Amino acid sequence: MPQLNPEFFLTQIVWLAITFTVLYLILWRVALPRVAEVLETRQDKIDDDLEKAARLKAEAETALATYEKTLSDARSEAQSALREAVAELANEAAKRNAELTERLNREVKAGEDRIAAAKKQAVGSIASIAADAATRATERLVGRAPDAKAVETAVAASLKSGEK
Amino acid sequence: MAEQGHSPLQQFEIQKVIDVKIGGADVSFTNSSVLMVIAVVAIIAFLSLSVRRRALVPGRWQSLAELSYEFVGNMIRDNVGKEGLKYFPLIFTLFMFVLFGNLLGLVPYSFTYTSHIAVTAALALMVITVVTAIGIAMHGFHFFSFFVPKGVPAVMLPLMVPIEIISYLSRPVSLAIRLFANMMAGHTMMKVFAGFVITLGAATFGVGAIAPLAMNVALTGFELLVAFLQAYVFTVLTCLYLNDAIHLH
Repeated sequence: MPQLNPEFFLTQIVWLAITFTVLYLILWRVALPRVAEVLETRQDKIDDDLEKAARLKAEAETALATYEKTLSDARSEAQSALREAVAELANEAAKRNAELTERLNREVKAGEDRIAAAKKQAVGSIASIAADAATRATERLVGRAPDAKAVETAVAASLKSGEK
Repeated sequence: MAEQGHSPLQQFEIQKVIDVKIGGADVSFTNSSVLMVIAVVAIIAFLSLSVRRRALVPGRWQSLAELSYEFVGNMIRDNVGKEGLKYFPLIFTLFMFVLFGNLLGLVPYSFTYTSHIAVTAALALMVITVVTAIGIAMHGFHFFSFFVPKGVPAVMLPLMVPIEIISYLSRPVSLAIRLFANMMAGHTMMKVFAGFVITLGAATFGVGAIAPLAMNVALTGFELLVAFLQAYVFTVLTCLYLNDAIHLH
């Protein structure tokens, strides 16, 4: 087995030591830091992008919150305006209604008063008209005018019995 | 196939490329050294060229480099914890050096330096030395309480402490032999089946070559898996030993 030939032990170990040391020093000082730098740059970039994304997300959320707040403000404002308007209109309607009712009541009352007055007047004139008619009729029948006092009493009595 | 020069073990022979002697010691530049240098150049090229554009969205090569970086990083995080990341460059170098040694060895006519016990033993010794040094630097003399299991009656300690020490010392041995044996066995098997392709094929007008050739295709895929797996196992065990040294029991 050539591996067990001690003739070449030393040279192998010496060249192993030389090449391994050279490789170690170059990798340690030059090559590995470069790879590490590339990896670090990428990690930084990724972190940076993630941070930016998080910031933009927060901004978008703030904007959304503002928008929603504006919207709900506007909605509640509109609602309160509507409520106010409705209340005002209801108030107005109630006032007008009350006014109208009062006016109508007044007019009804005035009408009733007028009717009562007219009725009273009419009833009052019935007696005199009746007395007049009775006087004239009696005059035509008898030829002379009856006593005004007696006619009046008779008319009043007959009116009274007619009312019954 | 047992014919001289066509042994399945021939691929493990070390050939000198440049003869170098320092004070009588033979430190020649060999085919093993060539592959080590190629591995180092390939690893550095792979890691530097792929991230040269520093693209925010990585291409294929850059993904691969980042993947290897994060793979080892996660391995340390999972097995040692955040304190282990200090030793990331060393663990990463270890993983890449073993992985590229295993993978480059699969290229035909190349050489697998991780199939030599001298290399794997040296790597394992380095791992255990560094890990022990870290443990002693962090905990001082208290580090040696690692060899005294908790909750064991005092009577048992004369038995338990030597067992713990032996188990600790056998770690580099198993680390070295596992990698060496896996790489050697796989490559030997591929060579054996490749030998069957020639001998069976010659004897049966090519018909007998089909089965061993198909086997070798399957083995190549399997060896790719083993190349990754053994690099991973070597590194993960290093992480576990590091974890023991940092956190003790």
